[in-house]
Amino acid sequence: MSEDVIKTDAVIIGAGPVGLFAVFELGLVDVKAHVIDILDRPGGQCAELYPEKPIYDVPALAVVTGQELTDRLMEQIKPFGAEFHFSQRVESLERTGDGFRLTTDADTVFECKVVVIAAGGGSFTPKRPPLPGIEQYEGTSVFYSVRKMDAFKDKDVLIVGGGDSALDWTLNLQPVAKSLTLVHRRQEFRAAPASVQKMLELVDSGNIAFKLGQVTELHGDDGQLTGVTVKSPDGSTFEQPTEVMLPFFGLTMKLGPVANWGLNLEENLVPVDTEKFETSEKGIFAIGDINSYPGKLKLILSGFHEAALMAQQAHHYVHPDKKLVFQYTTSSSSLQKKLGVK
Amino acid sequence: MARITFIQPDGTENTVEAEPGMTVMEAAVKNSVRGIAAECGGACACATCHVYVEEKWREATGQPEQMEEDMLDFAFDIRPESRLSCQIKVTEALDGLTVRIPEKQF
Repeated sequence: MSEDVIKTDAVIIGAGPVGLFAVFELGLVDVKAHVIDILDRPGGQCAELYPEKPIYDVPALAVVTGQELTDRLMEQIKPFGAEFHFSQRVESLERTGDGFRLTTDADTVFECKVVVIAAGGGSFTPKRPPLPGIEQYEGTSVFYSVRKMDAFKDKDVLIVGGGDSALDWTLNLQPVAKSLTLVHRRQEFRAAPASVQKMLELVDSGNIAFKLGQVTELHGDDGQLTGVTVKSPDGSTFEQPTEVMLPFFGLTMKLGPVANWGLNLEENLVPVDTEKFETSEKGIFAIGDINSYPGKLKLILSGFHEAALMAQQAHHYVHPDKKLVFQYTTSSSSLQKKLGVK
Repeated sequence: MARITFIQPDGTENTVEAEPGMTVMEAAVKNSVRGIAAECGGACACATCHVYVEEKWREATGQPEQMEEDMLDFAFDIRPESRLSCQIKVTEALDGLTVRIPEKQF
């Protein structure tokens, strides 16, 4: 484990629009934040699910795409210099003497005074194909991501899917694996055309095999896969021997480790009060789609409001000896100084 | 108004009323029909509202456009009658439509 502990005022879990705006509201009241997200970029659902889709209910923006909204928020929060930690998931959250200690799955450790959970629908995790018994192979023969390519050295590898992840790993693992077979349900691929072209060249040169179909059964023992049954588009089936399977079917949202942090939960949501948006644990806030309270609406604009009120209370925890005077960015010179207005 | 029937994998049926203009997914979610996760809320971005359209309705519901066909790559147990219900717009002509819900969305 890394010995370098990152010390900060606030840790925001989730870099979706609400997590991003929390940086702004916390920044205005002198609370410095670090932001952690499982995705490799900011935007959360807006980036992952609908970057190109229009959103019509963000005040003052008649129409804005998920990506534009993300870009605009990143611009707006720039003055506060929040640090981002992408492709990481917070695994543990513990109370320390006067604050919290968080550890991510990349062993990054944070110590902070307040925690803001802005995790939306939960963390994006790879979809698990609904194949009977797949659990017993996970981590030994079935993998949803590649942490170390060496793990696949000299193995018979089967990759399933037709998106960018499937194609990228086909290209990357081909030189490492003993054999590589790509299985996809159709001749067309949603992946980048250049990757598809390269993959087809590898098929032509006999370096990989491509088979049309869908995996319907897994075969093996004690977590060790020996092969799978593939159903072809014409309905016939065949056996494909393999030691390893990498299915790439996109992401789904799961609450994940939040469930283990000792917070009260109701139907996978975190109940909060509507004055401070604080959870059952003092100093831990929940804003945006992940919280619940009477009348809750899962709207981006509601999350923004929640961020503003949360920040007031967060300020009290981080600066207990300072009195907070409510100010407007339009007229306050001190707020404008923080925003870098000249 | 169009009546739409959802058949669960265990055979139970829910028939709901849908306004023309809404999607089959919305009709399911509005009526709390099990098995339509619709995680992305209808953006054709998650493939968790997968349904099988009954044979006799396939012409009326039409074929998936390319975006939907691409997204079906992220669903499981794809069949020729597979559709994403967020991409089927309800019309009066779909009154009586029957769709089957897959065993699991993921």
